[in-house]
Amino acid sequence: MNSTEDKIYFYPVWLRIWHGINALGIILLIVTGITMNSGFEKGLIEFGLNMKLHNFAGAIVSLNYLVFLFGNLITSNKKFYIVKPRNFLKRPMKQAYYYAWGMFHGMQAPYPLSEKRKFNPLQKYAYIMVMYFAVPLVIVSGIGLMFPELIFNQVYDISGVLITAVTHSAMGFFISIFLIIHLYVASIGKSPLDNFRSIVNGWHHITKK
Amino acid sequence: MKVSLSILLFFLCLSSSVRTLAQYYDTPKEHDCLKCHSQQTYSFHNELMGTDDKKLMNPYYIIDTLGLREGVHKQFDCTDCHSYDYTTYPHNANLKLEPLATCLDCHGGDESFASYQFDKIQEEFQKSVHYQAYGDNFTCAKCHSQHTYTATARNSNSILEIVDYSNKMCLSCHNDMRRYGLVSGQENPALIDVHSWLPNQELHFKHVRCIECHTAVEDELMVSHNIRAKEEAVRRCAECHSENSLLKASLYKYQNLQERAEDGSIIGVLSNENYVIGSHQIPILRTISLLIFFAALGGIIIHGIFRIIYKK
Repeated sequence: MNSTEDKIYFYPVWLRIWHGINALGIILLIVTGITMNSGFEKGLIEFGLNMKLHNFAGAIVSLNYLVFLFGNLITSNKKFYIVKPRNFLKRPMKQAYYYAWGMFHGMQAPYPLSEKRKFNPLQKYAYIMVMYFAVPLVIVSGIGLMFPELIFNQVYDISGVLITAVTHSAMGFFISIFLIIHLYVASIGKSPLDNFRSIVNGWHHITKK
Repeated sequence: MKVSLSILLFFLCLSSSVRTLAQYYDTPKEHDCLKCHSQQTYSFHNELMGTDDKKLMNPYYIIDTLGLREGVHKQFDCTDCHSYDYTTYPHNANLKLEPLATCLDCHGGDESFASYQFDKIQEEFQKSVHYQAYGDNFTCAKCHSQHTYTATARNSNSILEIVDYSNKMCLSCHNDMRRYGLVSGQENPALIDVHSWLPNQELHFKHVRCIECHTAVEDELMVSHNIRAKEEAVRRCAECHSENSLLKASLYKYQNLQERAEDGSIIGVLSNENYVIGSHQIPILRTISLLIFFAALGGIIIHGIFRIIYKK
């Protein structure tokens, strides 16, 4: 078998650039975000500088999100994010079962990746939740914190600023958890580093039946 | 009848004597000292020239007679603290060289004033920037006028009144070019400018005592007397504004808008260093997030171990 045959050009250049900026930006945001939350007055980075880094990285990741949106809008990449209502829960459950049990017991991947299927169902659901729910919320709440006059003043007795801040950090937290799992699951491939190579060079190894 | 008359007489005498004491400073013009020391000028017979001279009174020697009647020392006569020789007039110039009694000469080690902790105050005061800079020349009286002092912080129910009274002690020098210069020999920094970083400056000044930020808190003392150098003053909003989220919210908005008013460029907006305090200190959310974090981490570790075992 020719080695090029089991490789698919999965990640076009624009997507890889977007992903790279996003990855670095979000890591910086997580590090600076956690530093802020830590409450240490003398952290690794001085508090003011930390805030500035967080603001700048946030703006860059937000602009980059537009690249993601428009990229998906004008290319065929969007089709990978479409969920079919059929077997809405059964499909990700099957994938989860494969990860938790099947892969250790000789089971074939239930949703092998191909030109038509870039993400397995579990992956797809997670990406949709992050990219179309958590990230937009973190961006909107981030803009709210940057321009607090835009925020509603109060909801019942709770200040709008506080709600926005809590939303911001809660979404930031979920994105952090996503990142940890994302990095771990990415290590499940032909070899632990194979998928990381793919997102850099664009070529993804697939297992042929 | 005779007995009751004598009792009545006794009480009449007693009440009149108490009245005299309480009314002692009531008529300054008739008071031997105050008839000059409440006026802008004083007159005396110049024996050398044989003339009747009229001179301007040193403004710092003019006594606030209204304050005197309210002050904690109102029952004392002038010569209880000042030399008895001041009763001769014109005063002997040498009298100025006599040291005055200090507060601790009366109040130090005094059981009846134990609750005021004068000795502890002295100990704390000696750590303060005032003592460090001016030593014993910086007497209690620089802030606490013995003539008019009232224990407002102990006796008043109005926070505003207490704040006002306390701050006036500081401002009597720090907001008065002449008096500040008399002690320090320097010009005083303009308070408004020095505190320009403080949001809602006017409100802070009205509702917060200077000493709240400018002293090292000493739990044992009711009022901390260790006034620290300006570099050590509280500047972190969070040290006060850490309970009420509404307070934090309005502060955040204020600060943010204030900074944007100064620099509205994109770089300026992005460079702001404002932060909502406490939004990560909601206990239930913290617990939940820790649970999620450790569940994810635990899942990954267990899965990873299985992958190593099964070589996947």
